[in-house]
Amino acid sequence: MIRLEKRPQPSKAWSYATPLLAVLLTMVAGGALFAILGKDPLLAIRTIFWEPLFGEFAWYYRGQLLIKAGPLVLIAIGLSLGFRAGIWNIGAEGQYIMGAIFGAAVGLAFYPMEARWLIFPLMIIAGAFGGFVWAMIPALLKTKFNTNEILVSLLLVYVAEQFLASMALGLLRNPEGSGFPGSRNLQQYPAAANGELIAGTGLHWGGVAALIAVILAYILLNRHMLGFQIRVTGESPRAARFAGVKPNLLVVVCMGISGGLAGLAGLFEVAGPAGQISIDFNSGYGFTAIIVAFLGRLHPVGILLAGLLLALTYIGGEAAQANLGLPAAAIQAFQGMLLFFLLAVDVLTNFRVRIGKGEMA
Amino acid sequence: MDLSTINPAILLASLMIASTPILLAAIGELVAEKSGVLNLGVEGMMITGAICGFIAAVETGSPTMGFLAAAVGGAVLSMTFGILTQFFLSNQVATGLALTLFGLGLSSLMGQSYVGLKPPPVGDINFGPLADIPFLGRVLFQHDAMVYVSILIVAAVWAFLKFTRAGLILRAVGESHGAAHALGYKVVAVRLAAIAFGGACAGLGGAYLSLVRVPQWTEGMTAGAGWIALAIVVFGSWKPWRVLIGAYLFGGVTVLQLNLQAAGVEVPVEYLSMSPYLITILVLVIMSSGRGRAALNAPASLGRTFHASS
Repeated sequence: MIRLEKRPQPSKAWSYATPLLAVLLTMVAGGALFAILGKDPLLAIRTIFWEPLFGEFAWYYRGQLLIKAGPLVLIAIGLSLGFRAGIWNIGAEGQYIMGAIFGAAVGLAFYPMEARWLIFPLMIIAGAFGGFVWAMIPALLKTKFNTNEILVSLLLVYVAEQFLASMALGLLRNPEGSGFPGSRNLQQYPAAANGELIAGTGLHWGGVAALIAVILAYILLNRHMLGFQIRVTGESPRAARFAGVKPNLLVVVCMGISGGLAGLAGLFEVAGPAGQISIDFNSGYGFTAIIVAFLGRLHPVGILLAGLLLALTYIGGEAAQANLGLPAAAIQAFQGMLLFFLLAVDVLTNFRVRIGKGEMA
Repeated sequence: MDLSTINPAILLASLMIASTPILLAAIGELVAEKSGVLNLGVEGMMITGAICGFIAAVETGSPTMGFLAAAVGGAVLSMTFGILTQFFLSNQVATGLALTLFGLGLSSLMGQSYVGLKPPPVGDINFGPLADIPFLGRVLFQHDAMVYVSILIVAAVWAFLKFTRAGLILRAVGESHGAAHALGYKVVAVRLAAIAFGGACAGLGGAYLSLVRVPQWTEGMTAGAGWIALAIVVFGSWKPWRVLIGAYLFGGVTVLQLNLQAAGVEVPVEYLSMSPYLITILVLVIMSSGRGRAALNAPASLGRTFHASS
């Protein structure tokens, strides 16, 4: 008989080992999935995880890696702060969209002025503000009316998607676009473009912001009072109240930071790789970032690594799509599977597995 | 704009069609939450049910087989959630999210070769002369079987929770899993059963979308219906009949905004399409602000992990 025995303290060793174990298990299960789809599992896994980094076309894919990892890490860092404190902002996708709309709107408002020193910083502020405002809706409803922030933040994603469609077709539509939906391309507008900083690396300002966010989050969690309050609230909300944590303030701060970072990610995407506001601008980074946050064990450095890994599955997925004809949806299922395995093996961190009949407690 | 084109009888009749998927998903989630399990994977189970039902209906040519397959598919997928939360003691919020993400991916994978096909038509039940009653006949007696099945499920859940011993045990597990365990009830088994029921109902709701409401398969076709179902459970303060009212109110809003779109109201389509989500949020705010009255009716062990320490 198998029993679980609660550890007095979560195991350090397992907390490092479980993400790796989960990745391995996902590769095995994913291989089985690909085999069912009639693809060679080993070749598929190799195409997804190896080819983009070291294969023939690595020069192209490596650049994509940072482009995809940037927004994932940026959003996941924000989410992780809330998740640690038991505040569930799962509407990052909506905040990402709103950040992009706000930021792009500011940039387009100045078109065709050439003062990059003024316009680009203003866009960054507007982007963060857009995400922040969108996250404040669930945060304030939570603190004022005790409304469930999970449901509100998620429902607002659908509202944001509709808003995006209305902007792409209406207010922000390119006046010279001969009636096609979508805004002007910001990449062709030097004052607002978020281009590559070092040619061929894929690094743009979003990647830089993600790195800064990782460092700041690390300092915040380990050296700052707010970080302490976040961690205490997550471990024991009751103890946190005795320690003088104001729960409502913490909700607003955590939601605000995560919304702002998601908004930033949206802005850097719309001014960079995406280039324009279009109906299908958002591609699910806000949801994948949830997986990134958990896979990184809500730790800033872990999130950085997890973001790179998930970015790799996106790129590898594209490669597998092109080379093997693997459907795009397979990668989405693969990512979902990864989160499942991670949550399953996490039991090893908090519990000891005992086999056989133990003594009665 | 021409509002006179909106026929109230047809409006009410299509309200019942629009509400049924959400009603089915919500009543299943109500049972799961009554047993103390917060399953945020409704959206994922719905969309998996939608594609399972669609495939089975197209392949066998029988909508009944479709609905059966959808229920089985939803229940099987929900067992991933059940095993993870009940045996591996994972966080219910995170696992529910994983279920939704996985379900969305899995369904679009399964549905690849089914895009653009037409499912076999689902016939209306023949009520004979009842259907010919003016107004009421159109509103109440010209629907397919699932509309009535969904109402029967609500009635059955209500009776089960209120009058049966098993229902009492399920509620006990949801209110205090420690006490229920001490009394010798199998907390984990009860919860697994409740999760499976929730999954089956969500699957049925999804299949209703792909076989009757739309009827077609498109990726991500549930478009938040699962999340609205979760909100409606809160709106109904965990009471079956109130969930029915909530689902029908929501269906009313959806149908009304679609009719307004068709009638050419001068509000852009996108803003009308937002309205169901905005109204759901508004309703959530009203329900939860009343000095936590709704919260008081929430099962006390909702979302808490159970681990028998002995």
